[in-house]
Amino acid sequence: MNTRLRAQIVKELLSFLRDPKSRMVLVGPPLVQLLVFSFAATLEVRNVDIAVLDQDAGRASHELLARIEAASFVRQLVPVHSTTGLADLLNRREVLVAVHVPADFSRNVAAGRPAVAQLLVDGRRANSGQIAAAYLGTIVAGLDGRLETAGTDASSAIAVRHWFNPNLVYQWFIVPGLAAILAMLAALLVTGLSIAREREMGTFDQLLVSPASPLEIVVGKIVPALVIGTVLALLMVAAGVFLFRVPFSGSLPLLLLSLVVFILSVVGVGLMVSSICRTQQQAILGVFAVGVPVILVSGFATPVENMPYALQLLAEANPLKHFLVIVQGTFLKALPPGEVFANLWPMAVIAAITLSSAVVIVQGRLQ
Amino acid sequence: MSVPAPATASAGHLRRLLALTRKEVLQIARDPSALLIAFVLPLVLLVLYANAVSLDAKEVRIGVVLESDGAAAHELAAAFAATRYFSVTPARDRREVVPSLLAGELRGFVVIPQDFARRLASPSGPLVQVVTDGSQPNTASFVAGYAQGVVSGWLAARGDTAPPVASFEPRYWFNPELESRRFLVPGAIAIIMAMIGTLLTALVVAREWERGTMEAIMSTPASALEILVAKLVPYFVLGLVATFVCALLSIAVFDVPLRGSWLALGTLSAAFLVPALGQGLLISAASRNQFVAAQLALLSGFLPAFLLSGALFEIDSMPAPIRAITLVVAARYFVASLQSVFLAGDVWSQFLPNMLAMLAIGLVFFALASLRTRKTLD
Repeated sequence: MNTRLRAQIVKELLSFLRDPKSRMVLVGPPLVQLLVFSFAATLEVRNVDIAVLDQDAGRASHELLARIEAASFVRQLVPVHSTTGLADLLNRREVLVAVHVPADFSRNVAAGRPAVAQLLVDGRRANSGQIAAAYLGTIVAGLDGRLETAGTDASSAIAVRHWFNPNLVYQWFIVPGLAAILAMLAALLVTGLSIAREREMGTFDQLLVSPASPLEIVVGKIVPALVIGTVLALLMVAAGVFLFRVPFSGSLPLLLLSLVVFILSVVGVGLMVSSICRTQQQAILGVFAVGVPVILVSGFATPVENMPYALQLLAEANPLKHFLVIVQGTFLKALPPGEVFANLWPMAVIAAITLSSAVVIVQGRLQ
Repeated sequence: MSVPAPATASAGHLRRLLALTRKEVLQIARDPSALLIAFVLPLVLLVLYANAVSLDAKEVRIGVVLESDGAAAHELAAAFAATRYFSVTPARDRREVVPSLLAGELRGFVVIPQDFARRLASPSGPLVQVVTDGSQPNTASFVAGYAQGVVSGWLAARGDTAPPVASFEPRYWFNPELESRRFLVPGAIAIIMAMIGTLLTALVVAREWERGTMEAIMSTPASALEILVAKLVPYFVLGLVATFVCALLSIAVFDVPLRGSWLALGTLSAAFLVPALGQGLLISAASRNQFVAAQLALLSGFLPAFLLSGALFEIDSMPAPIRAITLVVAARYFVASLQSVFLAGDVWSQFLPNMLAMLAIGLVFFALASLRTRKTLD
């Protein structure tokens, strides 16, 4: 490596690492966020408050409410004495669901006639509401005339095994993905600012009159971002393994290779944004404008297969989508090399396109 | 900073305030990036939120491994193929589907075993085996739940099990169609507002510090309060305008109802902008560097609005320490109220405590920010 290029790279790295605050925000907050968000991001349903209007107060309704109260996803039952009370609690979001047991409920159960209780669910939280309603449905189905658990044959008719994550620990899913996202955002921001800062500060002109060639300047901007993004991602992978105890079953060298290609594809996007922007503010906002849709269409928060077909096609051009498959698979599924490469080559193509367009755009700016 | 006030203090204040505000407005108008964030990004985000972020799983791809050749086994396989929740790949051997499960092409498979007919005749153990891809926990529980549903439904149709006596009749208030976009779009608005309020102000003020122009303004007769108010008013207005644009789009294009009043929507948005702007101010006062400010705004503004606000993930389901953290995330109160304004109506008994909480958080941010600013000027 020639000295000019090396000096350029060192200078770029220093511009982020010299300032203790910059150093700190590069590493500290992402790790804290990993900790906080990996616990927060759960679609499981727990600690549910349920309003109860029991107009029956018979044997079956007592049994039903006792069983609901004992269920592990329920925090507390809130008794009310009128339908307005029920509506009020639902309106104010104090409870997720409300159970209304009619006066003839116990009589019907005892007689073996269909006994229907009303379940009012807060549609503003329809997702959790549906899951809670399904849980409650199995509880009520367990009541029969003799108040013994029936219908066991239906629930034991299938034997379920969850591969790769037998207890469906949500963190095992979220931590590898979040690590990829946080590293991506850091790499995007570092490159996004690189050229824009020089232009805002007026030092870009100095670069122009320096003997460095356009390619050298671009490489000088790419390498530091690559180093920062990769090191950050590896730190978070290590946190996933040692702190969160997520099983790591795949190949570390293959993950490292994919990580480098992934960060390169992101860096190319960051450079393009940066060379278009005149100020750091524009660059940062540009990075957000790119980063947010990339996260939303990656399959991180919601699966890609739930999206409409057009967006699924778009997701193929999203490097994060491919990298999520690799990083999640490498952690949990011992992803075979063939599958890694199947997701690696689209990222390589994206990286080649974004990097070469970045070089072209920067060259245009340099002339 | 306490310059002795001249006799015509109030007129001077007003003129200075107007001049400073005008400078700020010009700065926004001259730089298209702020307008991009205020108007174009909301559009993109809303489109994506309304389409990409869907929690409504449908046609999950699973394999059905038919090891038995009996008529009953074929019937059950047909029942799996018929449901709209699954898109079925048939197979004869589980080795055919395992690679697809690894690749993520299938999210699970059902094995109808060789001795299915015998198991059906004398039910002692499970009838079929269901294997899911646990690396996607949500989809995995979906597959398990609906596989259960298909099998029990099929058994009930054969008359092998009696329907349960007691049941619930579920009714979904506010959103009977169970469309996830209806409660996700308000969450998108909160994210956009957090970006405008926190990120944009953090950047703008941090730039003044970074370039040293903050000291220049501070040395003018304008008081610190005037400077800050002048800086924040344009972004407050921009944030409110962006909310209305988002709300109009949600209603007109994305078919989200507005059952509450525009007044409530505006009041809530104004209340949320207080902590959002205060947070941006605090970040910029603490960092004085655009890169650090952006990173902090991203991590303390955008990501919490996305993940800790209850817009996507239910707060009640989070562990207690995280639930405690969400208490100081202003977006949490905003999202809950917004969902009500759009889907339920004006629930002032819910809005008022939420607005109080937002204002209280905002006051703390402003107090901290002014403390931080004053200290360094001494």
